[in-house]
Amino acid sequence: MNIKKIRELVEIMNDNDLAEVEIEREGVKIKLAKRAHGVIEHALAGHEYGKKETISSESAPKAAEKKGKEIKAPMVGTFYRAPSPEIDPYVEVGNVIQKGDVLCIVEAMKVMNEVKAELGGRITKICVENGEPVEFEQVMFLVEPV
Amino acid sequence: MFSRILIANRGEIALRIIRACRELGVKTVAVYSKADAKSLHTRLADEAICIGNAMPADSYLNIPAIISAAEITDVEAIHPGYGFLAEDAHFAEICESCRIKFIGPSPESMKLMSNKMAAKDTMKKAGIPVIPGSENIIRSKEEALKESNRIGYPVIIKASAGGGGKGMRVCHNDVSLVNALLTAQSEAEAAFGNSEVYMEKYIASPRHIEFQIIADEKGNVAHLGERDCTIQRRHQKLIEEAPSAVLSDEMRKKMGDMAVAGAKAAKYQGAGTVEFLVSGGEFYFMEMNTRIQVEHPVTELVTGIDLIKEQIRVASGEKLSFHQKDVKITGCAIECRINAEDPEHDFRPCPGKISAINIPGGPGIRVDTHVYAGYTIPPYYDSMIAKLIAYGPDRKQAIATMQRALAEFLIEPIKTTVDFHKKILNDSDFRKADFSTHFIEKFFTQMDDK
Repeated sequence: MNIKKIRELVEIMNDNDLAEVEIEREGVKIKLAKRAHGVIEHALAGHEYGKKETISSESAPKAAEKKGKEIKAPMVGTFYRAPSPEIDPYVEVGNVIQKGDVLCIVEAMKVMNEVKAELGGRITKICVENGEPVEFEQVMFLVEPV
Repeated sequence: MFSRILIANRGEIALRIIRACRELGVKTVAVYSKADAKSLHTRLADEAICIGNAMPADSYLNIPAIISAAEITDVEAIHPGYGFLAEDAHFAEICESCRIKFIGPSPESMKLMSNKMAAKDTMKKAGIPVIPGSENIIRSKEEALKESNRIGYPVIIKASAGGGGKGMRVCHNDVSLVNALLTAQSEAEAAFGNSEVYMEKYIASPRHIEFQIIADEKGNVAHLGERDCTIQRRHQKLIEEAPSAVLSDEMRKKMGDMAVAGAKAAKYQGAGTVEFLVSGGEFYFMEMNTRIQVEHPVTELVTGIDLIKEQIRVASGEKLSFHQKDVKITGCAIECRINAEDPEHDFRPCPGKISAINIPGGPGIRVDTHVYAGYTIPPYYDSMIAKLIAYGPDRKQAIATMQRALAEFLIEPIKTTVDFHKKILNDSDFRKADFSTHFIEKFFTQMDDK
């Protein structure tokens, strides 16, 4: 194996867009591997600085878990399933809702804001616990069309 | 000391505040709009809450959303930064009623200083020279003529509720006065919803020199020297420096003492800036800014005092960590505001993705920025992407360091004002510190002539 042969191999790799080539011949084994070059995004773009408490652990639901349409919080506040503790929740999993039905309360600055459904369907998941904070557009309910 | 603070802002100032809090052992909550989900301040804070859509009215100016975020994260204080809600007395009042400490002055101080005529009046009573002008709002053309002849031409007609150059008209004689009055009034109505105008002597070729003050809640007030912010384009500052090359020690002491007196007269608490116009050896109070300012780093570098930490300390009830006699101005600091704007096309904003960036470093350089390679500058907010600050033992060396740093500053592919700053730093008038607020205008005319 000499430099000329290695150069030829590299050419073959380039011409055929190969990432890796391994050849064994006459007791000599050679492996050539290319490292990918691309635009290296600054490490910060994905870096997490230590432990971070994010309010919404569900704010980016994985595609596989998503079933149906998401109903998102229209504002920052505290999520309540009922207008007061003694009253039953507005909705439960399995309920069929119509557009305009009140689903929950998001309380902000002592104002209890009713959140109404923008579409109809069956509630398949309630994504936030009663009394938990929600941020803007955090997913609260998953609704399947009926 | 507070245990947790919410930062009601974004960009470089949000980062600045988070850094100060880290060093003080205070936990931080960042708020962000949907457009800022990948912003650096959300990564460095202990918690981050999305509060609304991109438009400032839906997010950074959205008081219910911000207060709500403050409540659910159980913060003790809110730092408003600069811009947005920093000088919104209504927001400060709401914080008070929600028992959240607003890091800044009281709503009363804010209201007093935002009314330009009332502010002038307060300062005048405190013995501070003010620009000669009308005692009251000008309501008729007869009044206007009377005042202009009393004050002496040239005069400027200004909106009482205004700022930023709107609702202002300069006139040199009786002939243009009535027209100036009417157009200033209608512009003021359109811009501020208030057509009230007053008149002042027009100071030609002034320098804009402002004094940094800070006051605790125990009656201690100190000034940290001046900043010369004369280099402006359309009333927007481009370059600031500390100290000013034209102030004598005598004038510095006089103006500094006046700034402190003014702050006391306004019953001020927290960090603030008293702005003066300086012309022909005279100085006149112009206005007071009731917030921390963009250009605070130049003061920090020449005094060695961390203004943001001091702001947080005094807001939490602590005494000022220094006395006036401890304040020493050493060396010279210059700041260049780097904006994502195209100077060759009337400084139009250039948002977009930064594919590569090299931030200057080395001795005497400080860069306050929130951008990084791969970051997309959103189009919804102001175009400042970095503050480049150079420090040296004297002005000449600070300029040399700044020029060295500007040459290192690479940002691709978006257009920025880096090259524009290089040209200003090369200008002989700038280097001689021979300039007034008309510098940029003249600079452009010279550039066109070349």
